[in-house]
Amino acid sequence: MRKVIIDSKEIEVDAGLALIQACEVAGAEIPRFCYHDRLSVAGNCRMCLVEVVGAPKPMASCAVTVGDLRGGRDGEPPEIRTNSDLVHKARHGVMEFLLINHPLDCPICDQGGECDLQDQAMAFGGDRSRYALNKRAVEDKEMGPLIKTTMTRCIHCTRCVRFATEVAGVPEIGAIGRGEDMEITTYLEQAVTSELSGNVIDLCPVGALTSKPYAFKSRPWELKKTQSIDVMDALGSHIRVDSRGRDVLRILPRANDWVNEEWLSDKGRFVWDALARQRIDVPYIRRGEHLTPTNWPDALESLSQEIKKRRVYVLAGELASMDTLFAAREFCKSLPKSAVEIRLNGEVFDSQDPSSFTFGAGIAGIDEADGIIMVGSNPRLQAPVLNARIRQRWLESDIPIGLLGEHCDLTYPTLHLGKTAADLDSLVSDIPEEFSRCEKLLVIVSPDALSGANGAMVLQRCKRLAARCGSDDWNGFAVLQNQASMVGGLLCGFTNNELQQKIHDKAFEPDDLVILIGVDHLDRDHFGQAGIVYMGTHGELGAGMADMVLPVAAWTEEDALFANTEGRVQRARKAVDAPGDAREGWKVFRALSQILGHETSYDDHEGLVREMAQEGLLKNSHEYGPIRTALKSDDAWDAMADPDVTLGLKNQNYFMTNTIARASETLMTCARERSGSHGSNHQEQK
Amino acid sequence: MLQPEDRIFSNLYGFEDTSLAGARARGDFDQVSDFIKKGSDWIINEVKSSGLRGRGGAGFPTGLKWSFMPKQSDGRPHYLVVNADESEPGTCKDREIMRNEPFKLIEGCLLASFSMAAHACYIYIRGEYIAERHALQRAIDQAYDAGLLGPNAAGSGWDFDLYLHHGAGAYICGEETALLESLEGKKGMPRLKPPFPANAGLYGCPTTVNNVESIAVVGTILRRGGAWFAGLGRENNTGTKVFSISGHVNNPCNVEEEMGITLRELIEKHAGGVRGGWDNLLAVIPGGSSVPCLPAHLCDDLSMDFDSLRSVQSGLGTAAVIVMDKSTDIIAAISRLSHFYKHESCGQCTPCREGTGWMYRMMERLRMGRADISDIDMIEQVTRQVEGHTICALGDAAAWPIQGLIRHFRPELEARIKSQAAHSVAAE
Repeated sequence: MRKVIIDSKEIEVDAGLALIQACEVAGAEIPRFCYHDRLSVAGNCRMCLVEVVGAPKPMASCAVTVGDLRGGRDGEPPEIRTNSDLVHKARHGVMEFLLINHPLDCPICDQGGECDLQDQAMAFGGDRSRYALNKRAVEDKEMGPLIKTTMTRCIHCTRCVRFATEVAGVPEIGAIGRGEDMEITTYLEQAVTSELSGNVIDLCPVGALTSKPYAFKSRPWELKKTQSIDVMDALGSHIRVDSRGRDVLRILPRANDWVNEEWLSDKGRFVWDALARQRIDVPYIRRGEHLTPTNWPDALESLSQEIKKRRVYVLAGELASMDTLFAAREFCKSLPKSAVEIRLNGEVFDSQDPSSFTFGAGIAGIDEADGIIMVGSNPRLQAPVLNARIRQRWLESDIPIGLLGEHCDLTYPTLHLGKTAADLDSLVSDIPEEFSRCEKLLVIVSPDALSGANGAMVLQRCKRLAARCGSDDWNGFAVLQNQASMVGGLLCGFTNNELQQKIHDKAFEPDDLVILIGVDHLDRDHFGQAGIVYMGTHGELGAGMADMVLPVAAWTEEDALFANTEGRVQRARKAVDAPGDAREGWKVFRALSQILGHETSYDDHEGLVREMAQEGLLKNSHEYGPIRTALKSDDAWDAMADPDVTLGLKNQNYFMTNTIARASETLMTCARERSGSHGSNHQEQK
Repeated sequence: MLQPEDRIFSNLYGFEDTSLAGARARGDFDQVSDFIKKGSDWIINEVKSSGLRGRGGAGFPTGLKWSFMPKQSDGRPHYLVVNADESEPGTCKDREIMRNEPFKLIEGCLLASFSMAAHACYIYIRGEYIAERHALQRAIDQAYDAGLLGPNAAGSGWDFDLYLHHGAGAYICGEETALLESLEGKKGMPRLKPPFPANAGLYGCPTTVNNVESIAVVGTILRRGGAWFAGLGRENNTGTKVFSISGHVNNPCNVEEEMGITLRELIEKHAGGVRGGWDNLLAVIPGGSSVPCLPAHLCDDLSMDFDSLRSVQSGLGTAAVIVMDKSTDIIAAISRLSHFYKHESCGQCTPCREGTGWMYRMMERLRMGRADISDIDMIEQVTRQVEGHTICALGDAAAWPIQGLIRHFRPELEARIKSQAAHSVAAE
């Protein structure tokens, strides 16, 4: 701790703090462009100059720490002025330099209204231009389908360069040229091969890098901002949904150090266009070959007739909220013959044992891990923001990171430990030295590895591995889920082993009625002659084969709870109305209960949440914390059923993992770009 | 006036044998192992007592700089880096040293490195210096062959390796931290300070960066004693200095002279006088392109040392005297320098990136007279907005020549604008 005087106010701060942070503590706001607290210090914009009493020149407050300052001769603390004439002149000068070559195109710039340069020019700029010469023009750069560039606006703060190099781990953005000819560009003008590339749009303080899909859509002051949760992966990143009228127009990350810091994956950021495409907006009922539109009363009436006659099975897909699943489970309890299931790919999760399906050490636990082994997991594809956190950990302390599964580039070096189930056996029976000495080893396992014939054995091995290199206060067994719905569904007890077997065996009978909540990856073949009701948002495989289709709200259209991979239950909030007749999923089950004459313990959403809370679903895992579980590992060692099978993700296509993402034109373009068919999609776009 | 026996670079012009044998005959590498056996404190104290100030331009006391290096290594190696990226327009003194007196430099590298506990030293040489690169490399090879470098260098018991690294011809790489970046294989962009190189320099290790001339004089200082060097020149501006005299003189040359010699004596004695006589002098840039120029009336009894030149708001810089007679278009001359700085700005920080271009374009307007009288004040303010606000000193270097021009030649600027206005015809 060190004393400093800032604008004649004496404060005591950590000596490692940058002056710019110390000034903030003292309540003095310092303008900045290049400085960002999650990136390295560049000190190149020179906007944050402050006067240090006794220093010959003003200093860049981002680049000097409090500890660097020398006190006065008689031991008095160093003094900083942020409001002196010298500082005002310096800021005014720097602002003028930034503006001389900046175009005057604010009226057609998407950054307008949320532009750091605009805001700071208002506060620190001059009222007229003294620069009468020609302005510099810079050719725009091609940066792929997500990032629109207007490089004339660039002020060379290099935030994008530092983000790509440091956080995303893909050093593909850089500067070429010198002096006033310096230009920011990507390697060979291609899209950055990162799943986090959209974050440079937020980082860009001006309108040089803007969102291509959002281009010319709206002005920030026209948008309604709703705080919500991302469901495109199981991380549960905090987001802000910006909407106008009934349309979601963009999605931005919110800061939350425990989950996503302040980043958002490209899938979560750019999926919004799908919310207005291929939507199911009225109920449909199959008459002969065709699905014909109907209304809710008719649909529910005929559905309740079927339910009375048949055995009911409810299967949940990737995006189902806890509210819907809880209501569905309650509904099924009231039926004589019914079952529910969310583990559709044969995962071995035990809903009674949260340690078997959550990210044991918590996402923030990554910052403490002293070693990481991934088993059949590729965090870069499963949760890119989490992957960036692992990379950050590696950058900080160079921990050993092992990879068991398909070899892949995770943006940090990994030790390849083999790829088959047999390799896992030998890894666990003889842990390599660099990992065996770990006390906080994190074993990150994908649900894909924990499913199928080997699932139970892989679970055994991974738990044992984590227990070997963990302790009572360190549960290093970490499941990195693929689906936003999975942990919530398991917490709700949305499991039934017989039903899981039935799905696996494709043993449905004509008497069965299957209700699919957004399940689009199982084809008709799985269900034989059983009746199918599809409740979902988008017309895809599930709706196409169903006998009845019921429109429900997407996650931006309802207040809903989701539990992320560490069991943190978080609330998505309604940003816009659902299209047409679509309703929240829980309301459908509530209405069915009513028609069938069954009592429900809730009448509205508040009541539903109260019910869930009473059951303890929100008890240890409220919005503010992950589930904390102790690791249970016994000595059981069953032989692998299929030792030669490779542990890895089934779906390697990052952009196309769920129903809504598959409906997004933007993400489809990204997927095509990634797979290499580059030229054709440009033509299509034009 | 320097006595011949006090001259350090006795073969500055290469009239004598430049090989190792010739250099040793002139005394190079004499007693080197004895000095090393006296210890690093003794060397640093001798250099401190000599009053040697860095010859690269800033004039920071060399002995003091060396004493900033950690006394004990914390496990990281120490490095000496010699800045041979001599790119300041007008300056060509290091060139002669590397061509004709390379062993003085090599000897200095060994002594300086030892005093700072460095086992390795890098010489970063300007990309355009091809003949010098060959000459220096030849000398280094000879020194290795003779056991003056390598393990137990010169029989001193100190293991020492010397590497020569070629730049690619960027002026900014003469800035010490940009030089380190370039040496590490990165883009030559200056680093933020602190941390200073003495704490975290090359590869994050304690490093001292010195100019060629500062290092090359060390051997002689130790042989003849710090007191001898301190006895030359005047207080706080001691010793001898190689001056590069170019421009409108009859005999442009490099010459080693005593610090504090008057400009007039320097030019008339060594450079054959100003073309057309002393009265034909218009202005002098006394220390390389980045210091403000001085008009003739200030040059009459100007003495050439750090403090005297600072007192007339200029600087000794690299002691590269650029002489301009009355045939010079001084505005065009300074404008050309502005173009140089615009071209060489690295583009990292805002005031320099944007300001150098603005200043150059305004200078071009002033050169043509296509400006307003008020533009003179405006460009002066722009230079003030650049000066002192940048990461490195290139911003200052770009600002000072223009400030010097406006300070001393404002009537010429105004006359140019007025005559242009008189000649131009208003469009109908």
